[in-house]
Formats: sequence, C-alpha cells, structure tokens
Amino acid sequence: MGLQLTNAQFNQVLARLSAKYAIYAPKNFPLEGRYSDTDMVRYDGITQVEDIVFERKSDMSAKEIVTPINETIMFFFNGQVQESKIPQKEILIFARACDINGFKRLDDIFLRNSETPDYYYQRRRNKIKFIAIECPSQGWDTCFCVSTQTNDTSDYALAVKSTGESLKIEIKDQEFAEYFADFAQNSTCQYQYQPVLENELKLTLPVINSQEVLTRLKNHPMWKEYNRRCVMCGSCTVNCPTCSCFTTYDVKFATDSETGAGERRRMAASCHVDGFTDMAGGHTFRTSAAERMRFKALHKVHDHKQRFGDNMCVGCGRCDDRCPEHISFSSMIQKMHTAVEQIKQELNHDSK
Amino acid sequence: MTANNLLPINCEILAITKTTAIENLYRVRFPHVDKVHNGQFLQLSVPGFGECAISITDFSVEEQWLEFLIRKVGLVTNQIFNLNVGDYLPMRGPYGKGFQIANYEGKHLAIVAGGSGLAPVRSLIKHFHANPQDLKSFELLLGFKDTDNVIFKSEIAEWEKQFPVIVTVDNPSGAPDEKTGLVTQYVSGLKTIKQDMNSVEVVIVGPPRMMEFTAKEFIKNGVPPEKIWVSFERRMSCAVGKCGHCRIDEVYVCLEGPVFNYAATAHLFD
Repeated sequence: MGLQLTNAQFNQVLARLSAKYAIYAPKNFPLEGRYSDTDMVRYDGITQVEDIVFERKSDMSAKEIVTPINETIMFFFNGQVQESKIPQKEILIFARACDINGFKRLDDIFLRNSETPDYYYQRRRNKIKFIAIECPSQGWDTCFCVSTQTNDTSDYALAVKSTGESLKIEIKDQEFAEYFADFAQNSTCQYQYQPVLENELKLTLPVINSQEVLTRLKNHPMWKEYNRRCVMCGSCTVNCPTCSCFTTYDVKFATDSETGAGERRRMAASCHVDGFTDMAGGHTFRTSAAERMRFKALHKVHDHKQRFGDNMCVGCGRCDDRCPEHISFSSMIQKMHTAVEQIKQELNHDSK
Repeated sequence: MTANNLLPINCEILAITKTTAIENLYRVRFPHVDKVHNGQFLQLSVPGFGECAISITDFSVEEQWLEFLIRKVGLVTNQIFNLNVGDYLPMRGPYGKGFQIANYEGKHLAIVAGGSGLAPVRSLIKHFHANPQDLKSFELLLGFKDTDNVIFKSEIAEWEKQFPVIVTVDNPSGAPDEKTGLVTQYVSGLKTIKQDMNSVEVVIVGPPRMMEFTAKEFIKNGVPPEKIWVSFERRMSCAVGKCGHCRIDEVYVCLEGPVFNYAATAHLFD
C-alpha cells in the first residue's frame, strides 16, 4: 500500500520533517553546467518538492553531503586543538539506487577499512536516512547499474516516484508514518518502489580470476590510448559516488599570529591529478595518464572487490557524463572484459 | 560513536641531535610508547603547516620516550627544524605493521639499509645488539650517498664491535679502507646467504629501487622471496586506511605495511 500526495500536500510533510531533519535532494543550478548555457544538478538543502529535480540524473553524487569537497576537521589555537562541530539535525537524502549503493562503498572505506571507523564520516553517516527516488524504467543513456548489480536497494525509509504534479510514496520505515497521518485515509494508492531492471547500456564486467591475468591486464596495451586522451583533470573522480580519497592540509589564519590560530582541512583528492603520490624528497608513482587510468579503473572493478566483496563501481555513468574529453568508462569496462578474455585464451593456449 | 583518533597529542621534545647537515634526531616523551613496535610510524603535526608520516627509529617503554630521524625536505619537516628542546610537537600514532621480533629469533639475520632507510630498522638492530644470544648470526650492510651522509656513526661503531657491518658509499671520499659502490655488489659476499635457508631472514629498507634490486640480488644468491622483508614508503595523508594515497592494488600500505614480506608484495603494481 502506498500514498499519492499532491506536491502541495507533500510540501506540508517536508515542512514537518524539516523540524527534525536537514533534507537534501538534487537541485537545479541554472547555467552552472559543464558546457555553456547548461544547468548543473547537484545536491543541496531543499524545503519543497519543486526544488527537487526528478527528470534528470544529478550531475554530482550525494557523497558531498557526508564527505564535502572541503571540510574543516579541527581548529588550532594557542597550542590547543579542538575538533570541528556539525549541526545536530538528523539527515534525509533523496537519492537513487546508484547513490544509495554508493554509500555502501563509502562505508567500506570509512567505516570498515580498519579497526577504527573514520570519526568525521561516521558522525554524519549515523544521522542519514534515505528517500529512494524511483528512476525512469531504464534509467538514462549512460546508466549501467543493472550490469554492476547496483540497480536495486532496500536501504530506504521512504521511496517516491514523481508524476509531475504529485508524488507516489512508499513508507517502508514506519517511524515516518506519523508524518503522513493526515493523508493516510484519503490518499492511498497502489505503489511500491520499482528498481530499474534493464538499462539501454548492457556491460559484461571483467572477471579477473588469477594474479597472472591481473598482471597481464595491467601491462596490456589498452591503457596506452589514455595517454593521449585523458587530461588528468580528475573530474570523473569528483562526481563519482564512490571516489573517497582525500588530502589533509593545514591553513594558518595569519602568518605572524602569536596564537598560531589555524585549522586542518580535508579536501577531495584524485588519483588522476598530479601530486597524488608525491612524497617529500621527490619520489612519485604513476606519472602517466595511462597508469593513473589503469589504477582507477582496476580499483572500480577489481581491487575494491578483492578487499570488500563488492565492486566499487555502481554504474551511475556520471564519469562518462562529466569527462571533458568524452572518455567513456563503460567503453573502458568493455575493453577490459575483452582484454581479460583474450588473456585467458592466451594462458589456456600457453598451458597446453 | 568511536573516539576521534585523528586529534594529535602534544609531546615534549626531550633532545635534538644533529645527525647530518640536513637530518636531526628527535627524542620526545610519548605517552603511548607501550603500544609501539619496531618499524612502525607516526603522523607528526605542525599546526598551520600540516602532517607528515615519520618512522619510529627507537623507543623506550621504561623511560617513556621515542625517537625519530627527520630530514629537512618538506613543508612540515622544515618547520620541525625550528623547534627546540622543551617545545611541544603534536603527533598521533603509532601506525602500521612493523617487524615481528619473534620472526627473526634463532635465525641468521642480515639487515640491509640504504640512506635514511637505516632509521626504521635502527630499533630492530639495537634490540639484537642488546640481545645477541637471540640470533644465530647477524650481519649489517649499510649504503649511504657519501661519508657526510652516514647517520648514527657512533652507534655503527658500537655495532661493529659485536657483529660484521659493511658500510659503503656511492661517492668515494678517498679515505683508506673505504668501501664504495651500491649495496647490491656486497650481497654475494655476505655470510648469511651461505647458511641453511630455513634459518635465514633478510630485512631490506631504503629507496624503492634500492629495495627492488637488493631483493633481486638476494634471490639470485638463493634466498627465497618469503625470507625477505621490506618496508614501503608511500605518500600518506591519514595513516589509518581512509585517504587512499598509499593504496597499491587491494593493499593499504599504512594498514598492512609499511613492513611487508617480499613474496607477498612482489605482485603489487603502483
């Protein structure tokens, strides 16, 4: 059983929710898009349904709510250190299945990659509940979430589908029922969240089943084309829902200050961008675009899985949407698959 | 919620010893010294400038101090050189997997260090220098750029009294009896490689290329890769497996390293 509310009715619900929750959703930012005269859709706080962009996939992922591009983590003053504070409110995020599954990958890194969860990630993550946004039946042209098996999710409190003037709503977490009590009698409808079951784009992910296959794939000539094509700007990693690398750096408020007042920040980092591996003294690793592409691509469809069991890539296609050089990650996955199958045949041949 | 383990703690500088023209040895009072293992590292902070990962070169649980060697080469280390005895240096750690003493006990051990690579193995050397009965034999092979860059000279002189130490420099000074050239050319002359390989362990620490070629030299001389131990150095920003800078394939150097078994890392590919 679901509910169908007009946008105006749902706005009443949002108003009530906003007493307890900071509510985030994909929102339109006119003329801030990738190309001239295009809009940008990214996450921001919202107060009404009309703020939410349902008809387009957001350019940026929802990760910025929990891992902002730039975040102050502590302050320094007179030899003392104090951690930064965040707002007390709980957090609700309108997100698609790819983004919600993206958070599972962020959880792998920030909560499960060592005995100690990351304090700064966890303090926001603990406050989050999701409102799943139902996608168009096949998603969009660059989506391949079915191929990455991240098309569905059960990690939501509410799910919604916009019809334009109204919203169909599934209430999964009964804690939220009270917010809809006024409409429970007269607005019922048959609605249950439906995942995308087929994308236009269908990929076969590479199955790297031995160390030898992996080593040969790393040395495969397929990576060379990216030396000429990739400009190492890191755009793909900025809007990827699962790229989580960051660099810590300090800022001093005044160079001549007696108090040493300043702060420590985290800034999003990218393995495509110069400096990512630089060490004091001049050592550096992976200087070419091809090496960096290989490093990222294998992380997305192999390395993370080796460590945590799930592939990192959630098939949202935002890297393809965002690349200024029109490099397609989905094409790259196909090339990796083809290369891996070819390598396996070679190895089979060698062993005979 | 777990506690915030990224907040540094202020540690008093107890002593500063000038080691070379660009390297100082710092001794600080460290409250969690009981948690330290040989070969681990710390994240040092200079508020307003940043953090850097530095190996622990020695420590004393009884006296509550630890030492690290700092080369003046970067934003943070330049600032550390402005500090004096009695000043406080914020830090967090210790981090990473170090050398397991038990793994080397009762064995023929050779340690090869290149340049400041001696720093992370110094406490291990000092441990066996103080407990020679715990090893069947012990050899040291140390390479430096030139005589001026030899670190821990007086300690090396002490070690030499107890077990064989080869010190070689890349750039000869012309002094008599000076050994010159890369460490790799001295590997085949070590006694360790003539022993039963079941009771041999080799530790190699230095710049990436030095470790790679030295390990290959030992393997060429019959030492199995699983008997070789190396310590990796990578860019680190968090030191606790979150920031991603030190990752190689599915391995995080800050968590699974910096000390690795060579056989287990031979496939890793930056």
